[in-house]
Amino acid sequence: MKIFVPVKRVIDYAAKIRVRPDKSGVDTNGVRMSTNPFDEIAIEEAVRLKEKGIAKEVVAITMGPKASEEVLRSSLAIGADQGVIVNTDKPLNPLSVAKLLQKLAETEKPNLIIMGKQAIDDDCNQTAQMLAGLLKWPQATFASKIEISESKDSVKVTREIDGGLETLSMKLPAIISCDLRLNEPRYAKLANIMKAKKVQLTTKTPEDLGVQLNENLKIVSVEEPAKRSGGSKVTTVDDIVASLKKHSLI
Amino acid sequence: MLGRIVKSSIQNNGGLNRIFTSSLSTNTSISVICNKRSFLNIVPDPSVGLNEDQKQIQQMALDFANDKLLPNAPKWDQEQFFPREVMKEAAQLGFGGIYVKEDVGGSALSRFDAALIFEALSSADVSTTAFISIHNMCAGLIDTYGNEEQRQKYLPDLVTMEKVASYCLTEPGSGSDAASLSTKAVRDGDHFVLNGSKAFISGGGDSEVYLVMVRTGGPGPKGISCLLVEKDTPGLSFGKKEEKLGWNSQPTRALIFEDCRVPCANLIGKEGQGFSIAMNALNGGRINIGACSLGGAQASLVAARDHVKVRKQFGQSISNFQAIQFKLADLATQLYASRLMIRSAAQMLDEKDPQAHVYIAMAKLFACDQAFKICDESLQLHGGYGYLKDYPVERYLRDTRVHRILEGSDAVMRLLTSREMLKDL
Repeated sequence: MKIFVPVKRVIDYAAKIRVRPDKSGVDTNGVRMSTNPFDEIAIEEAVRLKEKGIAKEVVAITMGPKASEEVLRSSLAIGADQGVIVNTDKPLNPLSVAKLLQKLAETEKPNLIIMGKQAIDDDCNQTAQMLAGLLKWPQATFASKIEISESKDSVKVTREIDGGLETLSMKLPAIISCDLRLNEPRYAKLANIMKAKKVQLTTKTPEDLGVQLNENLKIVSVEEPAKRSGGSKVTTVDDIVASLKKHSLI
Repeated sequence: MLGRIVKSSIQNNGGLNRIFTSSLSTNTSISVICNKRSFLNIVPDPSVGLNEDQKQIQQMALDFANDKLLPNAPKWDQEQFFPREVMKEAAQLGFGGIYVKEDVGGSALSRFDAALIFEALSSADVSTTAFISIHNMCAGLIDTYGNEEQRQKYLPDLVTMEKVASYCLTEPGSGSDAASLSTKAVRDGDHFVLNGSKAFISGGGDSEVYLVMVRTGGPGPKGISCLLVEKDTPGLSFGKKEEKLGWNSQPTRALIFEDCRVPCANLIGKEGQGFSIAMNALNGGRINIGACSLGGAQASLVAARDHVKVRKQFGQSISNFQAIQFKLADLATQLYASRLMIRSAAQMLDEKDPQAHVYIAMAKLFACDQAFKICDESLQLHGGYGYLKDYPVERYLRDTRVHRILEGSDAVMRLLTSREMLKDL
């Protein structure tokens, strides 16, 4: 079984976010970047499936400028076998990413694609769903548990929904987007970090894949959230209830 | 990483899972995130000037430190607990034999990389990291000077930290004048018979492997050899566990040899080579200890910065006062200079520069002195709170104090430096 895991290079969750003065986006200059935490969980899950002998090969895929290669190195250090980068300096929106992944999936024929449910930079939460639509594969989003059947032709996915947990069964190939509780990613070992440096990465371009990047989504303005204004103090329980009612919170 | 953090907060918060995961920001995760943010987003940023691989190694060490060491360090300090299990976890990541070759399970990294790792780990716990660094020095010594048989016999267990190693040079009557050591080893058939004692041994009584410098020949450095002694060798006993100012998460005991018979096969290197082996190992050890000082100083400075921003006196945050601002700037500058010296010295050692030992001496002298001062001034910036164990600075102060004494004291570093300066050309 071959597993695809798309990984995205995003601003590190602990970095301080600054909006560019011209409001065209978030300043990434000199800001610490790292692998999208949801994608780290996806890689971890794929590697665990490999360690259990269920999967044979884990391919990490990223898209974007050359610097994105570093998230492939991190994925390889955790245990992915191959790294593929689709190199482009153009902005990528979820539909473009889904189309590029579709092309890769059609040629490489993975049995399973596991990906983070969203990237923590734009929080789109769309790529997995769009990719499933394009490939016409079944999908299970927000997975908290993944169980591959013994015959390796179907997968049972427990997913987190508003009402609790839902369990779906899908035929493979399929697409799974993962939630935070799926697993706890391991630390990469020093030896594996060093080994990952030596792996030859595959570089492709959108042109190689014959994909026209979708550019009909434009960012008009990016602004900081409004500063929190001070709250008010209440003295009695009745005041709290009245106040909550006033703000229609209860 | 975030997964791990949010996960732990989920466990703490039981039923409220859903809200917390969806908002991605729990109290626990905020504190951990702030921690990471502080360490790397403060001037001087320890990742400045590093390449991607080095940053990745540093980040991994920092994540491990924040998850596994930081939450426990105060307790280990107070209870004088030697965290063998956590050290084994660290070793699984490759921290048990950082610059040991790969054939026996080492990570085969450079001294520079090792310095980055020790700096990152010690930002959470100087004492435990310092022990790991000593263990690494011993493993590196066996890797460099041991024969193939010795390497294969001892290193696989040492790199996993299933066994840990201690370095035994100092004696009750021989400290800075190390070449005067008097523990005797007399050859008797295929054994050496050891008599004498070693003092201030980190890990003493708990470690499984001891690298002991002994006198096998005449007086002076040329009569010294290095012997590997296993813990359960008959004739080897230990003194009481010393009560110390800091470094409480590792035991310190004296070693006492009474007709202790050690196989000649345990001789590391050649007979008479011991002093040179000991000094070469110490060169790396000094960088390691210097790096541990850097981590402690960085953590103290971060704590001080955070404190002065929230502490209000005279109607305003004390960070508004120029006396405080200038103090912070001075501390940052001292820390940055110390770090550059340690890293540059580590690089010289990696490049096998014949002058490395002098630059290491200067780096160790400067970094360990400055780092202690930074901890002290950071404590001062905390006012009375800094003196309390509820705040972390006093622990860093106590733990880094000994770095000015061991692996060659301040005075010995000056001796090495001036000796080289005054050499006849």
